[in-house]
Order: sequence, then C-alpha cells, then structure tokens
Amino acid sequence: MTRHRGRGMASINYPIGMNLGGDPSQALVHSNPSGKFTVALSSIDLGQGMKSVTRQICAETLGVPVEDVYVDTADSDTGPHCMGSFASRGTHRVGNAVMAAAREARGVMMEAAAEELEVNAADLETDGRGNIHVKGAPHRSISTKDVAIAAQFKQGKTISGRGIFLVPLSDVDPETGEMSPATCYAHACLVAEVEVDDETGEVAMVRMDSAYELGRALNPRLVEQQLVGGAWMGVSHALYETPEPYYPDPVHGPRDFVEYLMPGPGDICPHDIAVLERPAPDGPFGAKGPGEMCANPVLPAVANAIFNAVGVRIDDLPITPEKVLRAIKAQGGARPQARR
Amino acid sequence: MSKTPLQFRHNGRDVAIFVDGGTNLLVALRELIGDMTPKFGCGQGGCGTCSVLIDGELHLSCLTLAETVAGRSIETLDGMKQGPNLHPLQRAFADNFAAQCGYCTPGMLMAAKALLDRNPSPSRAEVVEAISGNICRCTGYEPIINAILAAAGGRASA
Repeated sequence: MTRHRGRGMASINYPIGMNLGGDPSQALVHSNPSGKFTVALSSIDLGQGMKSVTRQICAETLGVPVEDVYVDTADSDTGPHCMGSFASRGTHRVGNAVMAAAREARGVMMEAAAEELEVNAADLETDGRGNIHVKGAPHRSISTKDVAIAAQFKQGKTISGRGIFLVPLSDVDPETGEMSPATCYAHACLVAEVEVDDETGEVAMVRMDSAYELGRALNPRLVEQQLVGGAWMGVSHALYETPEPYYPDPVHGPRDFVEYLMPGPGDICPHDIAVLERPAPDGPFGAKGPGEMCANPVLPAVANAIFNAVGVRIDDLPITPEKVLRAIKAQGGARPQARR
Repeated sequence: MSKTPLQFRHNGRDVAIFVDGGTNLLVALRELIGDMTPKFGCGQGGCGTCSVLIDGELHLSCLTLAETVAGRSIETLDGMKQGPNLHPLQRAFADNFAAQCGYCTPGMLMAAKALLDRNPSPSRAEVVEAISGNICRCTGYEPIINAILAAAGGRASA
C-alpha cells in the first residue's frame, strides 16, 4: 500500500448573476421619524451575510452610521421584488438596487435638511455620524433625527427612495450566436494537494492555496468566511456527496447523514487564501460576489490532483474511493505523474 | 395512550411535564417545554444539532428517551448565556465568524461546552474530536475550531 501525493490546479471565470429576463432586484428605503432607516428587501440572507452587506451599502450611500440602518427581509409577499439569493447575485444586484434607493432617499433627506437650515441642498454634506451640515461650516448642523421629525410632522415629506437594478436582456445575434450572458465576472485560481491511497482508493485533502479576484470586498471578514467555508462545499462535491451514487439506479442511494457523506471536522486541511480587489465598474462600491465561486474551482483542482497523484482521470463526481480504485486497477496500478 | 409524569432540571430550573411513552427528549424540550434551541436535524443521531448536556455529558436528544432523564439535569443552549452576557464560547463564535446559517450552531456550542467543562485547555486535535459528531454545511469547520480554541485561551478573538 502506498499513499501518493498529487497537486492539481484550476482557474475559473465566474459570471455574477444571470442574464435571463434581465435578472432584476428591487429595494425600498425609508426613514422612520426617529431618523433611523429601514431597507425593505425580498432577498433572503441564508447566512452568507447579505443583510450585513446591504446595510453597509445603504449606510454608506445615505451618509449615516451603519447602526442607524435596519434591513428587513421578512416577507417576499409584501417586500419589493427580488429574483432570489442565488447565482452569487446578492451583493451585486441587490446591492445596486439598495444603492439606487438610498441615493433617492438621501436626496429627499438633504432637501428636507436644507429647508430646516434655510440653505441650498447642494451646499450640505453628511458627516457619517448622524448629522448634516453646511460644507465648511460644521456648526450649521442638524441631526438626521431632527430632519426626519421635520419631514414627517412639519414638511409633510417622506424621506424614502426606490431602487431597481436591471441588466438589459442580451439577445442572441442570429448571425454569429454571440451574446453577453453577464456584465460582471469574478476570477479565481486554486491549487489542491491530495493524498491518494492506492489500496483503498481514499482521497485525503492535504492543503489548498487559492487566489480570488472578486471586486471590492465590502466586508472582508464575510468574504473570508465565504471562501473558507465554500471551499469545503466544493471538496464535498468533488469527493463525497451525491443523492444518486449509481444513477439512474436508486440502489445504495443515501438515506441519512451516515450515508450521505460530507466532510467532518477531521477531514479539513490548511487553506491559504489571497483576496485580490479589483473594483467592478458596475458593482456597488466596486463589489462583485464571492458566493458560489468559492466552491467552483475546487472540483476540477481536486480531480487534477488525483490524476497527478495516481494517473487516473475521473470525470464523474463525486470521486469516491470505489471509482479511484476501479480506475487504478483498470490501468494496472498507480502511475504517479510528474510533480509540478 | 397513557402519559407519564416526568420531572427534571432544565437549565437550573425544575420542570414537570407529562410525556407519551416513547417521546424523545428533543420533542419534549421543543414541544412540551418550549425550548427551541436544540434543533431537529436528522432525527437519527447523524448530524449533532440536537446535542444537549445531561448531567454534564454530551448527548443526542433525538436519540434519548425523555423518560430516562427523570431527576437529571439537562443543559441546552438556552441556558448558556450568563444573564445579559453571552457565554465566552458564544462570544468567541461571534468574533470568529463561526456561524453562517446557524443551524448547527446550538449543537456545536453544546459539544464545545462539554469539552471545555472537562478540559479547559484542549489541543486542536481534541477540539476536532469533540465536534466530530456535528455536521456543518457552511463554515468548513475551521472558524468553529478557532472559536473554541480562542474561548479556551480566554481570548475574545483569534
């Protein structure tokens, strides 16, 4: 029995969102009389952090503290329309919609503040701490709370804004078949190192090294969290999980988590990640989306690493010990490839 | 079906309920006591999110018959915070971004507490072993392991 080390690499271009039907999302922003703002969305936070990121985008655009913004994603029946949380589109599509809504709300807020301070709205700026003042004259100031109260009870204005982000539908050119399926691409490269046991066919992860170019990281810790965790979803797709191991034959299909395998804490390996920030021209504050792409390069990189380790090319996922062992036997033993 | 009276301690408080024969502890906690912190994941001991402590020992509440805990002391995540303050483990989970969707988190925290209660300064390998009965889909485990080590080290963040 020998354990063979192998290294494999994969690079991806990952489109953010989708083009079908234009892929729109809407957002509504309004202030409460307390001077706090609510963002209404139908987009769902699955734990990936969209509430945090849209909150940051709204606060930054309005020029108010992030603590003064509440994001409500409670109900897709009553909220503004969203296509959904998928295709790594949340930060980019929903973020852009929130930005547009917050910009409109900011316009009303500045007009209301201008009326109270008896100046031109163009001469006002926000300090990011909950105040609006005349440029160059910080003492000529009013709090966003007082502006909200004045708008509500004196001026009869709603400090609110509507936002939508819609990528124009790209038709297919009938002559060339050419189209633009996406406007924004993220990129990644990942190197996986594995150890393949030629007696059992088992594949163990040894380490991963990756670089992700995903526009501006609006919340670096959340980006890191996505990349760290998502890589293991990729490993799981590459090596462990399937509902139909002998598709289309349902025999031996998994019935529970004992049979539907996923990596456990003992299966993980070191993963060194470099995040490269190249702001996207059409992203909110330059953001793209780390979503699904954190899993994507792992699958081909692991398959390549297994080939490098024992010389078998397996193109059917997941790469289970059974498939590795059958392939090794079929070629008459492990054939380690040159290490690069 | 006749019901059986059952008394035990739940997060330091005496509770008394009537259970049907065969009721498991998870159902008793969630539906009869209203403590929703132990989660129903698989119902057959494969995922760990229903984990609770019984007299300080880690157990899967979905595989524990409620009647077997008579007179014993049950701890769940609901009893972990100390007054208004988060338990150091909860604080460390937040600081280390150790939760995403959050469904495994109650079980992870109980498994971590069981470990630190008996071994205040575990090695990384001991942390990995302690949570090896718990499945996490989102985090890749690394932030969870780091959070538990940080809490053990008395540090707020890694």
